[in-house]
Amino acid sequence: MIIEHPLLGPRDMAEFVYLGDAALINRPDWQDPDAANKYYEYQYLRDNPAGLHRELWYHEQGDRSWLVVTRDTLTHEITNVELARDVAVEEGRSR
Amino acid sequence: MTQYNRIDGGLIDRSRVLNFSFNGKQMQAHPGDTLASALLANGQKLVGRSFKYHRPRGIFSAGSEEPNAMVQLRSGAYLEPNTKATVVELFEGLSATSQNHRGSLEFDLMAVNDFLAPFLSTGFYYKTFMWPKKFWEKLYEPIIRTSAGLGKLSLQEDPDCYDKGFLHCDLLVIGGGPAGISAALSAGRSGAQVILADEDFIIGGRLNSEVYEIDQMAGSDWVLTAKAELETMDNVRILARTTIYGAYDHGIFGALERCNDHLASTNNKPRQILWRIYSKRSILTAGSTERSIAFGNNDRPGVMLAGSVRTYVNRFGVAPGKQVAIFTNNDDGWRTATDMAAKGVSISAVIDSREIDPRAKISGAGLFLGASVVDTTGRKGIKSITLSNGQTIECDCLAVSGGWNPNVHLSGHQRGRPEWREDIATFVPGKQLPVGMACAGAANGNLTLNSALHDGYDIAGRQMHDLGFEVAKPLTVDAEDESCEITPFWHVKESRKRAWLDLQNDVTVKDIKQSNLEGFRSVEHLKRYTTLGMATDQGKTANILALAIMAECTGKTIPQTGTTIYRPPYTPVPMGAMAGRSRGKDFRPFRLTPSHQWAEQHGAVFVETGNWLRAQWYPRRGETTWRQSVDREVEQTRKSVGICDVTTLGKIDIQGRDAAEFLNKVYVNGFAKLAVGKTRYGLMLREDGIAYDDGTTARLGEHHFVMTTTTANAVLVFRRLEFARQCLWPDLDVHLISITDGWAQYAVAGPNSRGLIRKIADKEYDLSNEAFPFMACKEISICGGTLARLFRISFSGELAYEIAVPTRFGGSLMEILMEAGKEFDVVAYGTEALGVMRIEKGHAAGNELIGQTTALNLGLDRMVSSKKDCIGKVLSQRDALNEEDANRLVGFRPVDRSHQLVAGAHFISKGNQPVMLNDEGWMTSVCFSPTLGHSIGLGFIKRGDQRKGEIVRAVNPIQNSEIEVEIVSPHFVDPEGERLRV
Repeated sequence: MIIEHPLLGPRDMAEFVYLGDAALINRPDWQDPDAANKYYEYQYLRDNPAGLHRELWYHEQGDRSWLVVTRDTLTHEITNVELARDVAVEEGRSR
Repeated sequence: MTQYNRIDGGLIDRSRVLNFSFNGKQMQAHPGDTLASALLANGQKLVGRSFKYHRPRGIFSAGSEEPNAMVQLRSGAYLEPNTKATVVELFEGLSATSQNHRGSLEFDLMAVNDFLAPFLSTGFYYKTFMWPKKFWEKLYEPIIRTSAGLGKLSLQEDPDCYDKGFLHCDLLVIGGGPAGISAALSAGRSGAQVILADEDFIIGGRLNSEVYEIDQMAGSDWVLTAKAELETMDNVRILARTTIYGAYDHGIFGALERCNDHLASTNNKPRQILWRIYSKRSILTAGSTERSIAFGNNDRPGVMLAGSVRTYVNRFGVAPGKQVAIFTNNDDGWRTATDMAAKGVSISAVIDSREIDPRAKISGAGLFLGASVVDTTGRKGIKSITLSNGQTIECDCLAVSGGWNPNVHLSGHQRGRPEWREDIATFVPGKQLPVGMACAGAANGNLTLNSALHDGYDIAGRQMHDLGFEVAKPLTVDAEDESCEITPFWHVKESRKRAWLDLQNDVTVKDIKQSNLEGFRSVEHLKRYTTLGMATDQGKTANILALAIMAECTGKTIPQTGTTIYRPPYTPVPMGAMAGRSRGKDFRPFRLTPSHQWAEQHGAVFVETGNWLRAQWYPRRGETTWRQSVDREVEQTRKSVGICDVTTLGKIDIQGRDAAEFLNKVYVNGFAKLAVGKTRYGLMLREDGIAYDDGTTARLGEHHFVMTTTTANAVLVFRRLEFARQCLWPDLDVHLISITDGWAQYAVAGPNSRGLIRKIADKEYDLSNEAFPFMACKEISICGGTLARLFRISFSGELAYEIAVPTRFGGSLMEILMEAGKEFDVVAYGTEALGVMRIEKGHAAGNELIGQTTALNLGLDRMVSSKKDCIGKVLSQRDALNEEDANRLVGFRPVDRSHQLVAGAHFISKGNQPVMLNDEGWMTSVCFSPTLGHSIGLGFIKRGDQRKGEIVRAVNPIQNSEIEVEIVSPHFVDPEGERLRV
């Protein structure tokens, strides 16, 4: 597979490390009244879609960017690649 | 033996003679020959034995589809088994031997299997040899394994080298036959970057095997003209001897180039190169493979594919027989007769299963229309055939054509399924192709010459248009479409004798029928039960034939029956090529510490820790056991001063206005209030609340920290810190860089460590206990101006420092420390002494941080700050991880001090049975403590913190031993930590 890195252009997947579902960005608030349940879901429950999947890849042999890659799990077609940092900011992750 | 089957013509260089040997027999042939054509030229019919029945076998085809002619090449360490003689390019001095026989090739003792065939029918090993049960592993399986099989490995290291490479192109042309060459011309003339790959050593495909003309010249000459044009283009690269073996995601292909297999010696150049080709578009022009017809005893040497016979006649100038019969169900088979007759080879009969008008007049040949071959004779070479009308005809070669199958394989590597085309009775590539791929020519079902040429050119033109290139002018060639009518005919039903489908794995028509009767209805099951198509040829000449017979058995159509899934590789890829340069030590190179050379010179024993090679201990003259060395290193360090290379610890430089807040989030304990110039121990959890890693972090400046991690987790901790920084807290102003390789670091431990450091540190730095107390850190200079970082931290429990210098000074620093330390009788210590001292001090390490232990288990629960969030915080508070009787890390000592503790022993209370139900924990780390003079250990035991002084049993069921141990504090040496602070 080739991943179109937003900063570095097309890079071979061998340069990357895979983590999994991009939902891992959405770490719950530790002070939420329902924190225990939310963390349980965050830590252990994943969707396993046959089709489009947003997932985290780490460019370890490159610039060390974490990327959110949208990949079709049936065809490996990659339709979108974003910097995970941008995604996290967009999704409102802040102090 | 002379080349008595050699006839005129062909693309061989008769001006030169090549000497080679087969089974020790000296033979001669010419440059341009394959081993197969050379053997046929010399009249060598019998070349091997079949896999299961050890039937005599000869050359069947002229390409990579060959199921029979498997030989061993070369000798000694260069021995290469299971090589197809049909693709081996002949070179001077080549030596080949036949394989899979006991005794000689002519008199194979294992041929007894052929007479036992009734007992060895399909799936026999699932049904027989079932009892007695224990005989399977000891008797039956070894016998089956030695009697079945192929060539033998040399069992020596492969002396050749292999390489890997990456190529990029706009268009990859897979196969250099007429369609492939015209596709390359089309794309090349458009200016695109083109790679044209072909498995053969000359491009041209069937054009080299036929007598077709293009533009009034011989097809093989047209190939040379086209090749010359392609070679003038800088944007076209021709890779001959290169098999595209797999189509992967995103237009990536695997290719194997056999660069030097055709030479007697590789002269230390790579023998083969494994290419990864990145293409924007690809065109599958891999041609087609002929299939056979199943009839009785159709596996005898001399029974060959008709198109291959033509290849030997036209390309290699070899007549595979003196008297040839032809059995066909299509027009193409007749061309074998006409081509051979034109070269003066005697044709004894043409048998066509169709009731048609004869396609040619062949003098001297009997024509049998609407007839078939029922049986053959001749054990080591065909002698005669029996027809369906009962007539017997003498022949020494039978050319069989059952039609042509497009080489659709790569079109299906992304799970696309081929589609059946009734008009040409074969499968063509389906619609679901690998990204960017198109198919053209015979591979796409356009089996005739003129259509293949135009198909390749036009489809490549369309691909160029898609990529934005200017499309080349239309192709102008003068070529014809030969007749290729076919009426499917799969097997001769009248045959009473075994009729082979898969020659390599010995699968017959009867096996297909039997597997159907036994309920294997899916082709995938059929394949695995009968092993059809599972040999090294992957059933290229067998599969479609078997499908047709399967369809017949089940009453379904062939498309309903379907094909099995095509998977890479198209032809076998040697493991050596897969490994490339990653062999031996290069597979996983060692990382060496800065003091490695010094340690080597001083006789260190090394140990692998991850990729690192670290000094384990330094034996001295007179020391005969490792314990003597380790005990001395520990004693000397505790008495005076010792030095240990700790460069392997992960080091991460952390800077930014929010660096302190960032550390608060990744460590369980607080770092925000750590003063500049101070160091703190930190513990990290995983998000699920389990302890992950520990280390010290020093604050060098308001916005500047240096973290250390364990050696094993250096890469992983850095990865997760980047995740936390970019994905969890993206607006923190913090940046990270790994400096593990940038700084050499030594532990200098022992009561005289201050004296030693004082000697090398520059004068202006006050290192007194008041000015530079326990846990202090500072950037200083040593040896007259060399930058260094000094940390007053201790893993040994002694007054100790860690000193870091830029890596390039690391080797010198070791020598300087050892030289300056002479007055203190300094000692270098290795990882064993390091481990002993940390157990004596009760520090947790890898044996305790095993991914199942919590901060509570480790006795570090009070470190977890309740005032702030951190990774793992919420889930570490789960009830299950905080139960009353949770395991606690404590120390253990044997009640009888002479006993030795064993790591891994489990704790059982006195009076309880040593069973899982009564298990209370386990011993994690043990050592002999030279300081205390007896064995000590660390371990987890339920409520250990409240059980000090209790005696339990440490049970070791593996060695069937147990001893009584006393639960004690894990801090065996200096529990109050006074030595650290002096």
